[in-house]
Amino acid sequence: MAGGGKAHLRPSEDVLISAQDVVVEFPASRGRVVKAVSGISLDVKEGETLGLVGESGCGKSTTAKALIQLPPPDSGTVHYKGEDLTQLDAESLRQARTDLQIIFQDPISSLNPRRKIGDVVAEPLKVWGPSDSASQVEKVNAMLEAVGINPDDARDKRPHEFSGGQCQRISIARALVLNPQVIICDEPVSALDVSVQAQILNMLEDLKAEYGLTLVFIAHDLAVVKNISDRVAVMYLGKLCEVSGSDALYESPAHPYTELLLNSSPIPDPDIALSTDLVEQGDVPSPIDPPTGCRFHTRCDYVSDRCIDEEPQMQKISDDHYVACHHPLASVANSAGVSV
Amino acid sequence: MADATTHPGDAPLLVVKDLATHFAINAGLVRAVDGVSFELYPGQTLGIVGESGSGKTVLARTIMRLNLGGNVRTSGSVTFSNQSLLDLPISDMTKIWGREIAMVFQDPMTSLNPVVKIGRQVTEHVRKHFGISKAEARNLAIELLQSVRIPEAEARFDSFPHELSGGMRQRVSIAIALACNPKLLFADEPTTALDVTVQHQILNLLGMQQQERDMAMVLVTHDLGVVAGRTDEIIVMYAGKIVEQATTSEIFHRTSHPYTEALLRSIPKIDQPSHTRLAAIAGRPPDLADSLEGCSFSPRCPYAQERCFEEEPELEALATDHLSACWYPVGTPENQEAWEKNLLAGRPSTLAIANGQIVDDISVRLPSGTS
Repeated sequence: MAGGGKAHLRPSEDVLISAQDVVVEFPASRGRVVKAVSGISLDVKEGETLGLVGESGCGKSTTAKALIQLPPPDSGTVHYKGEDLTQLDAESLRQARTDLQIIFQDPISSLNPRRKIGDVVAEPLKVWGPSDSASQVEKVNAMLEAVGINPDDARDKRPHEFSGGQCQRISIARALVLNPQVIICDEPVSALDVSVQAQILNMLEDLKAEYGLTLVFIAHDLAVVKNISDRVAVMYLGKLCEVSGSDALYESPAHPYTELLLNSSPIPDPDIALSTDLVEQGDVPSPIDPPTGCRFHTRCDYVSDRCIDEEPQMQKISDDHYVACHHPLASVANSAGVSV
Repeated sequence: MADATTHPGDAPLLVVKDLATHFAINAGLVRAVDGVSFELYPGQTLGIVGESGSGKTVLARTIMRLNLGGNVRTSGSVTFSNQSLLDLPISDMTKIWGREIAMVFQDPMTSLNPVVKIGRQVTEHVRKHFGISKAEARNLAIELLQSVRIPEAEARFDSFPHELSGGMRQRVSIAIALACNPKLLFADEPTTALDVTVQHQILNLLGMQQQERDMAMVLVTHDLGVVAGRTDEIIVMYAGKIVEQATTSEIFHRTSHPYTEALLRSIPKIDQPSHTRLAAIAGRPPDLADSLEGCSFSPRCPYAQERCFEEEPELEALATDHLSACWYPVGTPENQEAWEKNLLAGRPSTLAIANGQIVDDISVRLPSGTS
């Protein structure tokens, strides 16, 4: 996993949000440090959906939250519309944040159980206006309707009267009410049944088109990420492995870790032979004491001495397909003419 | 897993007949499991698939006699190795639990005791059932931990659950379940709490152990991807009932029930191009405390016709090894006709499937003037 390497970044005038060398660390017991995100660079174009995938603990949520300064990264920069969010004073950051919203994994616990739906969705308006209640109600109604909830029916109800899928739609309405540019979706469908998941995914696509949103979509399910994303970044232990347009990534994964994820992903087709060799693949190492060199080398089938000593850098292997690996998978590497 | 589907020569290991589990609550009687019948043969793997609240877990727990409580009403019969489980006193069930039938639960953190070392948890019931000494138990535990591929098994013997990762904990739960060589293993969403890579390892491990031990297995899950390729037969549950039951390949290739079809169409697939529109199922599952008329899926079904709202379809054989409970099974001309009729009439539940739009209100049966 390359730490450095920004080959995959696009010219800054083309992108809406751009993070460079972001590092986020958390203190652990006995003076140790959890290296959650170790120097990640990412960018998102306006109107694009960037998917972030990886196993639990790989830092995907921390990375996405660092984009909206929740908390601000320990080092590195996050440029939004040309402004470095990490350098803003508290008040300017507060102003900028109206453009950047987030929806969370657990729809039920992200809504206050004691408040009415109408008040929950109107809360951002109470802070940012309009302050007259008639236009607030109008705006709330419009947003609830946009997420397929009947406003007259729902405004006076409380979250427990709704299903998980409906609660998630209500949190999406709350995120939309200030007309944001960017929405961070932190595993918004992981807690939902498949039929409800399909509703939310379709709806996010519709809202994105209608309101011109830019999405950063985090999930651990590769099929879900592929469905919604234009571009996908694969993360492992606080580093990026591979960045690519989503169809190309799934067609020809170049990083051994992407290949492992794809091979492990359950496929609803009984005729596809399951790889049976994966019984005792090791665990993810601790982010307190990550492996040297390429962080994936402890689990990689293609490991060499170089992987243990030297951290791979992002390299381009074909149009908009970048990988941080000393030995990118042959089929791709050969076709793109990269020496292995 | 084994490829055989029927074992005409063998006697079934488990026979479940008309099993019903109802919970009496203030709001009425919740029919969590309502008339479920199936057979399971030695060495066979059965997948039970359904969404939250379909009754799959209650079904597994009823068979295991784990639904204890004053408000539980159970009827029907469960015959395991010629014993009627529902009639046994709990003192006799303790001889079956772990030894004959074992269970692996969803959350390995809460199913293990946080203050007892791994080693003791793995051997507790072995010592109880077989009365072996502490030293023998230790050797056995280490052997078991090795068989579920836990690295440094000897060192792990003295670890506490919190010192292990989620995947390792689930391996420990599997070691516990396998310790007495049970004939039947219930795995209730064994990988739902785990990452995909770990899920794959755990499912492979279960399959491998099952073959080595010639054990029957029931794999309960909400994920059709988990059961594809890992089970011989699949039961699809909806609102406490079996709506479709068939061999795994039949379920996927000759899907008959509209609910199974809708589930399959709502899952994003890796081989589809990105931004593929998914089918969304209208509404939400029925409240099991209400008494329902007709087919329980009819309000959400894209094909529903008058008959579906009035008469409940029986689970009937479409072909050998393929049962389905539907008046308009997928793939028939009647089904196609129903689809076109509903689409033309603009029935909301049909449009939800057709173009993936969200429909919460499923009280509209058929728009007026269409019957």
